[in-house]
Amino acid sequence: MSAALFEYTLRLGDDALIDGQRLSEWCGHGPFLEEDVGVANTALDLIGRARLLLAYAGTVEGKGRGEDDLAYTRDEREWRNVLITELPRGDFAFTTVRQFLLDAFNRQLYERLCLSLDATLAGIAGRAVKESEYHLRHTGEWVLRLGDGTRESNRRAQRALDDLWPYTAELFESDPVQEQMEAQGIAPATASLRAAWLHTVEPPLRSAQLMIPGNTWPQTGGRQGMHSEHMGFLLAEMQFVQRAYPGQAW
Amino acid sequence: MATNGPTPDIDRARDIVSRIKDPEIPVLTIADLGVLRDVGVEGHRLVVTITPTYTGCPAMKAIEDDIRATLHGAGYHNVEVRMQLSPAWTTDWIEERARRKLEAYGIAPPRPVGSRGPIHCPQCRSTNTECISEFGSTACKALYRCLDCLEPFDYFKCI
Repeated sequence: MSAALFEYTLRLGDDALIDGQRLSEWCGHGPFLEEDVGVANTALDLIGRARLLLAYAGTVEGKGRGEDDLAYTRDEREWRNVLITELPRGDFAFTTVRQFLLDAFNRQLYERLCLSLDATLAGIAGRAVKESEYHLRHTGEWVLRLGDGTRESNRRAQRALDDLWPYTAELFESDPVQEQMEAQGIAPATASLRAAWLHTVEPPLRSAQLMIPGNTWPQTGGRQGMHSEHMGFLLAEMQFVQRAYPGQAW
Repeated sequence: MATNGPTPDIDRARDIVSRIKDPEIPVLTIADLGVLRDVGVEGHRLVVTITPTYTGCPAMKAIEDDIRATLHGAGYHNVEVRMQLSPAWTTDWIEERARRKLEAYGIAPPRPVGSRGPIHCPQCRSTNTECISEFGSTACKALYRCLDCLEPFDYFKCI
């Protein structure tokens, strides 16, 4: 097995699953019916993506762990998602701005991953890029509506952007795993990814009258399993059934 | 019938599988949708290849189960359902005949990928329509409304 490929695939899968889990918390709590359905549908796409990625990670690892083992029996320190995905859902502006930043990232990442020399990741990316492009169209419209809406909606969207921005640096962090994947032609280079991402998010934020914060202190640690205080609560809820009834299936 | 013995009757199997309906849109078969990619034989095993529409679409599991159950019922016991991700599914794979069936069922068919043409109301054919929500009752649909006959309708998302 390739330890770096396992680690890299796990990162992709964990980002998708934790983002999907947070979004799914809105199911039944959306501000109105159409948006309730919209957020839940996006969550479904992300969880579906996570299933494919975690199943593949299990295959790469070669120890017989499947998608469910990886999703439901890993402890906090074994999770590799970026911190931005695990932050509590906050208000609708916070969820929307976070999803917009992540959709733009996923759109760029998976477009490049379509050219990955790893055929399975390239295949998953071909599906994922179309979905993220659709999600981005949806969250982009909402960012405009909230940012350039009322004084209250602008205030909330700006506050969300200020709180979230320091967490975006982690999306472009490099380390030996990332470098090895880049060298093998499996992962795209983080530097060009960051430029493309900025190019995607800046114009809509500007049109929405939202100001990108200046220099901020980057919040990182997720890739090494160092999570925020919110992660344990999220896992407790997500993993409860498998922890209480190990191996239970239906 | 074909278990581990003789080579499975491929033409009959292909005919049976291509008539399986989509669980959410029962006017379309999985062949109409472009989900069914191939029916083949490897040794004594029948291999059915399908491509998911959306990665999170819950119907994919139902389709897989339907294929297995239908083939078992027809005497095919050595069956593998294989998920093929690449090339990624696109609404352009839905053929003209299937588009007409969708519309008759009350779902506006997807535009060709990249097209910006109008979306027709499946009830009165008016092009005076607007999007209510980018997402609808299933992963593959958006919600629209006709501004002439005032009926809401599902639009099959173009992807």
